[in-house]
Amino acid sequence: MSRKLTRLAPLVVLVVLAVLPFSTLQLPGLFDGVLNSPGTLQLLALCLVFGGVALSYDLLFGFTGLLSFGHALYFAGGTYVANLALTELGWGLGAAVALTTVVGVVLPLLVGGVALRVSGIAFSMVTLAIAQVGSIVVLRDPGGLTGGEEGLALDRSNVPDAFVGVLNTVNLYWLALAYLAVVYVVVAWVTGSRAGRVWQAIRENERRVEVLGLRPYPFKLVVFVLAGLLAALGGVVHLLLLGGSTPRTTTADFTLGLLVMVVLGGAGSRWGAVLGGVLYTYLDSRLTDLASSAAVQDLPAWLRVPLSEPLFLLGSLFVLVVFFVPGGIAGLVARLRERRAGRRPGRPSGGATPPPGRVVEQLRETASRGVGVGAGGPRDGV
Amino acid sequence: MSTVVLLTVTGLGLAALYFLVASGLSLIFGLMGVLNFAHGAFLTIGAYGTWWAAENLPGAGSGGWGFVLGVAFGVAVGTVVAALVELLLIRPLYERHIEQVLVTVGLSLALVALVRAIWGADPRPFPAPAWAEETTSVLGASVPNDRFLLIGSAVVVLLAVLAFLRYTRFGLVIRAGVENRSMVTALGIDVRRAFTLVFALGGAFAALAGALGGVYLGSISPGQGTSLLIFAFIVVVIGGMSSITGAAVAAVLVGLVQQFANYYAASGVGDLSVVLLLALVLLTRPGGLTARVA
Repeated sequence: MSRKLTRLAPLVVLVVLAVLPFSTLQLPGLFDGVLNSPGTLQLLALCLVFGGVALSYDLLFGFTGLLSFGHALYFAGGTYVANLALTELGWGLGAAVALTTVVGVVLPLLVGGVALRVSGIAFSMVTLAIAQVGSIVVLRDPGGLTGGEEGLALDRSNVPDAFVGVLNTVNLYWLALAYLAVVYVVVAWVTGSRAGRVWQAIRENERRVEVLGLRPYPFKLVVFVLAGLLAALGGVVHLLLLGGSTPRTTTADFTLGLLVMVVLGGAGSRWGAVLGGVLYTYLDSRLTDLASSAAVQDLPAWLRVPLSEPLFLLGSLFVLVVFFVPGGIAGLVARLRERRAGRRPGRPSGGATPPPGRVVEQLRETASRGVGVGAGGPRDGV
Repeated sequence: MSTVVLLTVTGLGLAALYFLVASGLSLIFGLMGVLNFAHGAFLTIGAYGTWWAAENLPGAGSGGWGFVLGVAFGVAVGTVVAALVELLLIRPLYERHIEQVLVTVGLSLALVALVRAIWGADPRPFPAPAWAEETTSVLGASVPNDRFLLIGSAVVVLLAVLAFLRYTRFGLVIRAGVENRSMVTALGIDVRRAFTLVFALGGAFAALAGALGGVYLGSISPGQGTSLLIFAFIVVVIGGMSSITGAAVAAVLVGLVQQFANYYAASGVGDLSVVLLLALVLLTRPGGLTARVA
């Protein structure tokens, strides 16, 4: 029974989320307005977009074990390319999405082609450095195209009317939901495919995959490109939702945010990553509101100062999760389920796939063998 | 000619900053296998510690011994924070490298946010000694004195670290630990004390880089550490991940390339060429400059 339920659960959640804008429920404390007020829908849509982007990052980190620090590049590439196509070139939305798709494939293909030649920490560093190039280019504002620090406002005249205006926020909400659903289906499909098995094998032991006669490089390149493409499309939805592109999405901190989302929810778990993305975005937004609220402003300085920075709270929460809830929310749920089923917690549940959210624990075994530069060989001392 | 001299000295000054950050990073990575994302936060803490001392600490100020005292205070704060981070947060996750990296990621976000919460996001003017703002004529170029301060400090740190690693018992343990940690442990030596030491040293160098970076840039802001950290990471990778001399050579290379390309091509091209340099080094010598050919 429970297996069938878990199969159906994503569908049920999707239906509930799809009809949610018809509700006028008031959730005091959680949201400022009623559920279908534009402000609340905007926040919910943002949460859904980041749920999808976090899932695309989980595809890399959680399912394949590639710790990329440059995922922001593809997301930002998506918003800026689509924005430039709509605003500068005056293209329609369809053409802009098509162009973004092309860029969303070519860009990670080029980056991955170089970065995947090294593994471990060196791979992380190369992706970080290349993403930094994107950030620098956007901030330097070449030819006045990217708007520099100001960001780039979207010219809405080429956007379909259904996505323009406060009253149409509900359409954007559905768009965000559709994006998340597409990402979820794609990720569920590819991780269940034969390639997905190879990715998980690469995560667990890359050398063994090689010994079995497969070349990990093309498999890793495919997952890198797929994750980049999904993130770029998320960038387009983000662009329509916010009505502009901001250079904040190009920074290394943005990628670190994605990493926090995935680890918070549970790396290697689909619903965990989505939940992590939704939760992080919600907390980030609500904690910012909380910081400027009267209740916090009246507190003594030693309490007010840390509370006024959402990133401080989220960063600390993240450290606590790494320490006390290994595997994130998904890992916690899996452990509780095991306990209820009468098995001793912490014992592997058997079968080929690891329990969701335990990826970090497995990755660390790989890391402790010294993946990265100079792995296996003697390392220079001085 | 004078432009070339000025660019070279400025590039070396920048290289000194990169080296101060990268030396700690590569020591930590070499010995513990941890890529420390919180290093940028140590740098920020050192810069703000120095700035705070110059304003509030009796005896400290922006000139002469007062400045030295201020920097010493900033470095001390950075060292203590780094040692505490190692003892309280890194040590319990011993041998769990991915989690250790994740913890430093969380810390880098939280610590920088805390600094921003306390002192605001806007840059603060940094109390530099008056003589650092003057210039000295070198081969016809008038070079600001702070460049010499940066280069001098980095050279002193480099020589001190090399001497420490070569001639002391702790240095021997660290060198052996980088080479083969499990063997050192098997011989009955507690490597974990060396971990704390290395972390504290790295924190001290990063804090020093923060204070000197404040002199160099004239102001400090909470995000400064993170932007320097990315280039320091590049230096560490080019230098071969766990080698101090490699980091020094790579820092000079990166600093010079960045300065010259930024001047002769266009602003921003220097940053791009550094990344290009990284890609080039990794494709031709995947282990970095100092990697041995197996």
